[in-house]
Amino acid sequence: MSAPEASGVTNVVLAGLGGQGVIKASDILADAALRSGLDVKKAEVHGMSQRGGSVTSDVRFGRKVLSPMVPPGEADFLLVLEPSEVEVTRPLLRPGGVLLAPDLVPDGALPNKRSLNVALLGALSQYLDLPAEALLDAVRAALPARLHRVNEQAFALGQKLAARQGTIR
Amino acid sequence: MERQLLSGDEAVALAARDAGVALGTGYPGTPSTEILETFSELGGRAQWAPNEKVALEVGLGAAFANARTIVTMKHVGLNVAADPLFTSAYTGVAGALVVVSADDPGMSSSQNEQDNRRYAVAAGLPAIEPSDSQEAYDFFFAAVEISERWKIPVLYRMTTRVCHSKSIVVARSEDPTAVAREAAPPPAPHFEHDIAGRVMIPANARPAHRRLRAKLAEIAAWGEECALNRVEPGDLSLGIITSGISYMHAAEAAPGASFLKIGLVNPLPIERARAFAASVERCIVVEEGDPVIADSLRAAGIPVESKAEMYRFGELDVARVRRILARDVTPEPAPPRGKPPELCPACPYHTVYGTLAKHDCIVAGDIGCYTLGVLPPYRAMDSCVAMGASIGVGLGLRHVLPPAQARRVVSVIGDSTFVHSGITGLVEMAYNPPPTGHVVLVLDNGTTAMTGQQEHPATGRTLDHGPTNKLSIEGIASAIGIGSVTVIDPYADPEGFERLLLERLAASELSVIVARRPCILAAADIRKWERQAAELRARASAQAAFDLPGGDE
Repeated sequence: MSAPEASGVTNVVLAGLGGQGVIKASDILADAALRSGLDVKKAEVHGMSQRGGSVTSDVRFGRKVLSPMVPPGEADFLLVLEPSEVEVTRPLLRPGGVLLAPDLVPDGALPNKRSLNVALLGALSQYLDLPAEALLDAVRAALPARLHRVNEQAFALGQKLAARQGTIR
Repeated sequence: MERQLLSGDEAVALAARDAGVALGTGYPGTPSTEILETFSELGGRAQWAPNEKVALEVGLGAAFANARTIVTMKHVGLNVAADPLFTSAYTGVAGALVVVSADDPGMSSSQNEQDNRRYAVAAGLPAIEPSDSQEAYDFFFAAVEISERWKIPVLYRMTTRVCHSKSIVVARSEDPTAVAREAAPPPAPHFEHDIAGRVMIPANARPAHRRLRAKLAEIAAWGEECALNRVEPGDLSLGIITSGISYMHAAEAAPGASFLKIGLVNPLPIERARAFAASVERCIVVEEGDPVIADSLRAAGIPVESKAEMYRFGELDVARVRRILARDVTPEPAPPRGKPPELCPACPYHTVYGTLAKHDCIVAGDIGCYTLGVLPPYRAMDSCVAMGASIGVGLGLRHVLPPAQARRVVSVIGDSTFVHSGITGLVEMAYNPPPTGHVVLVLDNGTTAMTGQQEHPATGRTLDHGPTNKLSIEGIASAIGIGSVTVIDPYADPEGFERLLLERLAASELSVIVARRPCILAAADIRKWERQAAELRARASAQAAFDLPGGDE
């Protein structure tokens, strides 16, 4: 049997600071890809980076994924939760890739700022072939029931804001 | 068939559960920590040991008693456990002993990037290396089978990106085609004397070494054909020999190439590699870290190309493997520089490092969150080498520095690190006190914070947070013979802390200051576990009173 070949892979990098929900968001995205029947891998570094430092998490999904890490400069999507991390991580994006930065969501638009990660996942969902329902199921599976409503609202807000940005393919 | 998205650590834990592992033990260390935590959550019997050496010895005893056992640690933990590891290769085991070494190439959270495949060669142990979570699950059964068949401990070498990356796993219980491959049911623990086999006095150890080499020769012959190693034929112009996570990067970087993917990394399938190398025009070894495979194959006379020296450093990824294949040795682009980690804003250690910096102390530091005291604004640490090293290094400085400088030396060590390997340093301090005395500052935040808030003997709670005997840090310091032992909350009383430290530095005595305040991240959980533990203790003592004859008195 010859070596497997990567095929149809979508590369997403999520970035922010420790404690902002980067890992949670990447867990949700990877779970949504799993629920959609795709191959998926996810990579990040734990440990020191969790003490308030920069955190990035790579999610790759498609028919066949090999390396769990998105090669630098080859991310199709870059989702950033912290304004100061945007310029630092921008080189990870491929030319023509889509940046979803925290300023997509206006101040005060979210009832709870901690759901910014889910709002940006909502925005990302507008660009992906994954069914939005798979993402929402993954959001609900990852969070306690008392947080479902506020995060469903955040997800819907993100969907709306991305549609307004007008770059949806 | 249910597909689960699991980290490599979680996959190993699930495999350990499914393989009937009777006991899991280890010491927390990134990237290995989640294995035992998950094994415990899955219903396995898992426990933290004070350090990796003790963990391995407990695991070895269980494996002498015929049980299947897993022992987990990070790569530098295997240095601590190396003494029993080497001789366990001679004694062998009755059951199964799988020792997980989680290496950290690139040092995402470690003080070095040693390549522990070297340990397998040095100790003479078979070593298995998975490439993703499915293999981390599947290969674990092979590790148990090898350990039981050849009665030998098996080194299970993982790396950060295998431990912490998540990928899809189908467990055996979910895969009907796997039934035929089911491991034999776990044996019932029992003891049989084997004095010649396990008492390593020289007369017994000499034949034991010969037995070990004979076992390894058998395993090498078996390994040539075993399914852990496989050839994936492709384009004959490029053949890649690889293992672990490097296989994934290489398969992506060179689609269509021929591969020899090695899962049994010691002993290596030398003849298979020879035939593979001869079958392709260009044969290159793609491996992370040291050129372990490349050197071994070349020593066996197999002409393989190795990566350029610059790729020994740091972890590999697809981009770097493309460069290796292109023989590109031009400087690499610098990775993005993000915000460095720092002490949490409400960390109780801010006061401590503020005081140490203010008085220009010479700080022999240690391993943990508190190592972050080296960063601005404090820059209040002058060495960090190994678990527990703060005390010995501080004593060495004190012994030779002129008195005015010697009096500024402080050893700073966390609570879990103190239990791990600070106690023997304290014994040394009492045994060989420097002329100016010494001050050891134990930063006791009530948890193993850096690795994600694990329990340890001085918390008085077990891995799953249940109550157990509690080690008293101040009690053991006094028992060792340290004259001045003081407990203080540096957060509640910063001035008092500063006064105390200056007073102890001025005195030519031996001092231990326990700066005690719970980790801000763990404080709420600690309160909850303490409540639960207190209830369990109360229930147990009520039951004991009831069970005593005349217990109604």
